[in-house]
Amino acid sequence: MIVLSRLPSWQRRSRLIGLISDLISRPSGAVGLFLICLHLGLAIGGPWIAPYDFKAISTKALLQGPSLAHLLGTDHLGRDILSRTLLGGREAILVTSLATPLAMMWGGLVGIYFGLVGGRVDDVLMRVVDAFLSLPWILKMLVIIVTFGTGIGILIPTLAFFYGIPVIRVARAATHDVVARDFIQAAKARGHRTLTIIWREIMPNVRDALLVEGAMRWSWMLLAFSSLSFLGFGVSPPNPDWGLMISDARGFMSFAPVGVIAPVIALSTLIIGINLTADALAKALGLDRTQKAPV
Amino acid sequence: MVRMIPRRLALGAITVFLVSTIIFAGVELLPGDACTAFLQRDAQGKLLDNCRAELGLNRPAVERYVEWASGALTGDLSVSAKGRQPISEIVGIRLRNTLLLASGAAMIGVPLALVFGVWAALRRDRLTDLTISTLAIGFMTVPEFVSATVMILVFSIWLNWLSGIIIISPDAPLIEFIPKIVLPVLVLTFVMTAHILRTVRSSVINTLASDFVQMAVLKGVPYWQVIIRHVLPNALLPVINVVALTIAWLLGGVVVIETVFNYPGLGRLMIDSITDRDLPVTQAIALIIATIYVGVNLAADILAMIVNPRLRTLKARQE
Repeated sequence: MIVLSRLPSWQRRSRLIGLISDLISRPSGAVGLFLICLHLGLAIGGPWIAPYDFKAISTKALLQGPSLAHLLGTDHLGRDILSRTLLGGREAILVTSLATPLAMMWGGLVGIYFGLVGGRVDDVLMRVVDAFLSLPWILKMLVIIVTFGTGIGILIPTLAFFYGIPVIRVARAATHDVVARDFIQAAKARGHRTLTIIWREIMPNVRDALLVEGAMRWSWMLLAFSSLSFLGFGVSPPNPDWGLMISDARGFMSFAPVGVIAPVIALSTLIIGINLTADALAKALGLDRTQKAPV
Repeated sequence: MVRMIPRRLALGAITVFLVSTIIFAGVELLPGDACTAFLQRDAQGKLLDNCRAELGLNRPAVERYVEWASGALTGDLSVSAKGRQPISEIVGIRLRNTLLLASGAAMIGVPLALVFGVWAALRRDRLTDLTISTLAIGFMTVPEFVSATVMILVFSIWLNWLSGIIIISPDAPLIEFIPKIVLPVLVLTFVMTAHILRTVRSSVINTLASDFVQMAVLKGVPYWQVIIRHVLPNALLPVINVVALTIAWLLGGVVVIETVFNYPGLGRLMIDSITDRDLPVTQAIALIIATIYVGVNLAADILAMIVNPRLRTLKARQE
């Protein structure tokens, strides 16, 4: 790893290319990456593809079935379901893909630091982490959201904070695996500062574990975001969001099931895509992530 | 091992203590208190002072924490801001309803996960395994409200077999709940089964590849005897902890399911109390759920230690 980082940049980049081609060569990785790219593309290009304005209300065409004018029909306010489904992931993807790296960064750095330094503070910190994990995520999120609102400026730091806490544990465990090895002792003996040791010696060795963890965090954050929207604590109407759309269309599901089915498929394909990619990533990097539970 | 168990118990107690301080401090730090929530627009001047004096909110935070925590230890969870009812009464009945849902799912889900997990592992990479594993990934990854909504659509609207929305009084006798909760229990069971099944499958596959199993096969021990005597006892040990984590997750995940099915459980009460800003109730529910989480994990750790001789000697040597 240390040698790798001294290679010229084009050779280092080829490791990334190697990883991606390894992912594509696995069926789960290929399907997963395709689904993620599709959803990212729709999130970015959605406004140009969507046939109708997502908030255009039409009182003449309420709860219509699929037709040539509205390929997936209309919802209870006469809005085009296809357009709303195409745009329904934008806020979820934006919030979670910003909050995930933030969570990984702060959780990862804290975990690595205390995994390396250890001692009394480390013991206390782990108890605090345990205490935070024993509270259900939905309670922690709702308390903050009800008090401070559901804007992006609130959701991103809140998600990043709460989802970074379990990362501390993962990063700390990964650090414990390398901390007793000779090259760390050598770096300490050379008199390197702690931050230098973290950056140059530990980071390259825990990066893989954190990468896989990050992919999983992303899917759990999406799950949390859409569940909050579904419960009415996420995206505010009339903005489209899959969770909110499913919640709205549930009442009319007996005679207009497309309103539920379309966002269900969109949300499920994204989350399954991320999970398939995380699975393939773990296998490609030689890590086993089968013994995880969703905490 | 005799030393390990008290140590683990002490760690659990410390965690519960820390949770209680986090809950209390969290509520303290948030703007507003029980009185501003209860009085809403009238929350000013003398009315507010009187309310705070009555609930004892004008005393120092440490004093109130000690009172709250020691009350909670004896089962006295103080009174709700809305309606001034004893919280243990409101929460107790809801907790009973949620435990009914969760234990129903656990009783069906755990055996189901063991059977299908072992089956998938023994038929690894064949059609059976691929079908079971794909279904498991589906239920594991898709949000609960999505699987619940789809199941209502299929089983109660299209097939018309089961009722999708539960209309029942929270304090109805348990026997009246049973015919109505089939669908929510089913959803919880599927999600739970999926999580445990994945661990069972990979654990059995790992054990099948181990040296002692190869040895038994080479010695000519019959196939089923190898599986039952050598593979399963070793493979199912790590499952204990995952079952505990999943049951603990169930108590949080049940919030969404209860909302979808309109079920009068602890999760719905939690959402209502947060939106009503009934802080005493929120605090009580948070403490109860966290204590159950710690307790279940503690029980699993101790059980795993008792069942697995390797684990206790390994940990004893490390100390």
